[in-house]
Amino acid sequence: MSAAEFAGTRSTVEPAFVRRLLIAIAVVFLFLFLFLPLAVVFGTALSQGIGMFFNTFTDAGTQSSIWLTLLAALVAVPWNTVFGLAAAWAIGKFEFFGKSALITLIDLPFSVSPVVAGLVYVLLFGAQGYFGPWLQRHNIHIIFAVPGIVLATIFVTFPFVARELLPMMQAQGNDEEEAALTLGANGWQTFLKVTLPNVKWALLYGIILCNARAMGEFGAVQVVSGRIEGLTNTMPLQIELLYSDYRFVAAYTVATLLAMLALVTLVVKSIVEWRTGERQA
Amino acid sequence: MAVGSIAFKQRTIVPGFGLSLGFTMFYLCLIVLIPLSAAFVKSSTLGWAQFWHIVTTARAMDSYELSFGASFLAAAINLVFGILVAWVLVRYQFPFRKLLDSLVDLPFALPTAVAGISLATLYGPHGWLGAPLLSLGIHAAYSRIGIVIALTFVGLPFIVRTVQPVLEDLDKEFEEAAASLGAGRWQTFTRVLLPTITPAALTGFALAFARGIGEYGSVIFIAGNLPMRTEITPLLIVTELEEFHYADATAIAVAMLVVSFVMLFAINALQKWSAR
Repeated sequence: MSAAEFAGTRSTVEPAFVRRLLIAIAVVFLFLFLFLPLAVVFGTALSQGIGMFFNTFTDAGTQSSIWLTLLAALVAVPWNTVFGLAAAWAIGKFEFFGKSALITLIDLPFSVSPVVAGLVYVLLFGAQGYFGPWLQRHNIHIIFAVPGIVLATIFVTFPFVARELLPMMQAQGNDEEEAALTLGANGWQTFLKVTLPNVKWALLYGIILCNARAMGEFGAVQVVSGRIEGLTNTMPLQIELLYSDYRFVAAYTVATLLAMLALVTLVVKSIVEWRTGERQA
Repeated sequence: MAVGSIAFKQRTIVPGFGLSLGFTMFYLCLIVLIPLSAAFVKSSTLGWAQFWHIVTTARAMDSYELSFGASFLAAAINLVFGILVAWVLVRYQFPFRKLLDSLVDLPFALPTAVAGISLATLYGPHGWLGAPLLSLGIHAAYSRIGIVIALTFVGLPFIVRTVQPVLEDLDKEFEEAAASLGAGRWQTFTRVLLPTITPAALTGFALAFARGIGEYGSVIFIAGNLPMRTEITPLLIVTELEEFHYADATAIAVAMLVVSFVMLFAINALQKWSAR
């Protein structure tokens, strides 16, 4: 371009040694705080050889923890997905009083400590809780049982799908939906054939994030679980149990499964960002 | 027909308002609002004097000091390094830049228990980083330092991810104008760039701080968990619960909830400011 702009660009760039220094600091910081913790997980899990790694999965308690984690995610993720779609539709497509307050309330579980999230369910459904006596009379177990774990998981993963969908639905507006409706499509057809394809990448990413957190939740689940090995231990709780038993290799072996889930989540995020053209550097 | 992205409710022909908002409200009340209000109802049965007594015991006060102090310190560390990392990722080209960019979100995706044991091993007395630090006389694990390390890990993505888009959208013209007016690079940074990214950076700081106060899983493995020394507030709640002191646990939880609401309010205000 012009000489003036060329001169301008030159003076808005740092000297080479400053650039290299800043890059070096950033890389070292990320190496220490992100790469090393990840390397410890895989390194320790495989430190006694691949045989010991797979041996961990023959343990009944570990197997049951994997199934329970899958079960909790299998219930929590679909419910929160339906909620996310409903909330994004209501907030994204309509103007109504109290909308911004509603958005804040949906975000609420993000700012509540997971421990407090577990505690409130104990207050409701625990033996000393408000519904405790009634539940006991009807022989229904929620706290220190699977339903409590599922509820706590739903609470902590509550906003994820809604959070990803909302900006997309708001940005897209109503034009396409109105066109479809004018051409004679009904509400469900419009939703399935117009809205859903438009937000599919955000929806996928929201579900993946929701799932990662559902499978990895520790604090909230610990409070309601009672930590009975083979019955109410999820994978993160099993990791804690094995770790405090000094069975480090086994603890890290279970941890590798969750670490791989985290890595898959990051890969999907990158793909989604690439597909939607968001945040191109 | 189309009136842009904002259609008034009475004018739009899009259906499903009642169903979608109805389900949203029902589910929100069932999962979040009613359970949270149970904590307030339970603690209101205590009476103000007793509530105040529980939330201000020496042990509780020490835990707040630690939770707030460590979260603040970790968020401050992330403020400096987060801005630096965001700057480097946006402005410079270097090998593995894309990979590092994706890796920044790791603390969001990695379960806290996994991060917890991993950091405890890494900074433990026999760890890759813990052993050299110990030979320098620094007890990284099972101390307050360990808590700050864990909270720095947890809060790392917040500031990078709030500052990054602002830097990407930044028009180079301002920097060029500053440079042509004779400002040095550092002057341009402190006088032109820093004020622009301040609202976003503060939003990220508040998010990281709020997350740090409530964080549990990644901290307890590395913390040592000694009452009055290395016991964070969420751990105190769990301890009270395990000793069946429901009233005490609830009172402290309510104190934390109030802090969460205040933080949420502050973060909303900051986001509005940075969106301006």
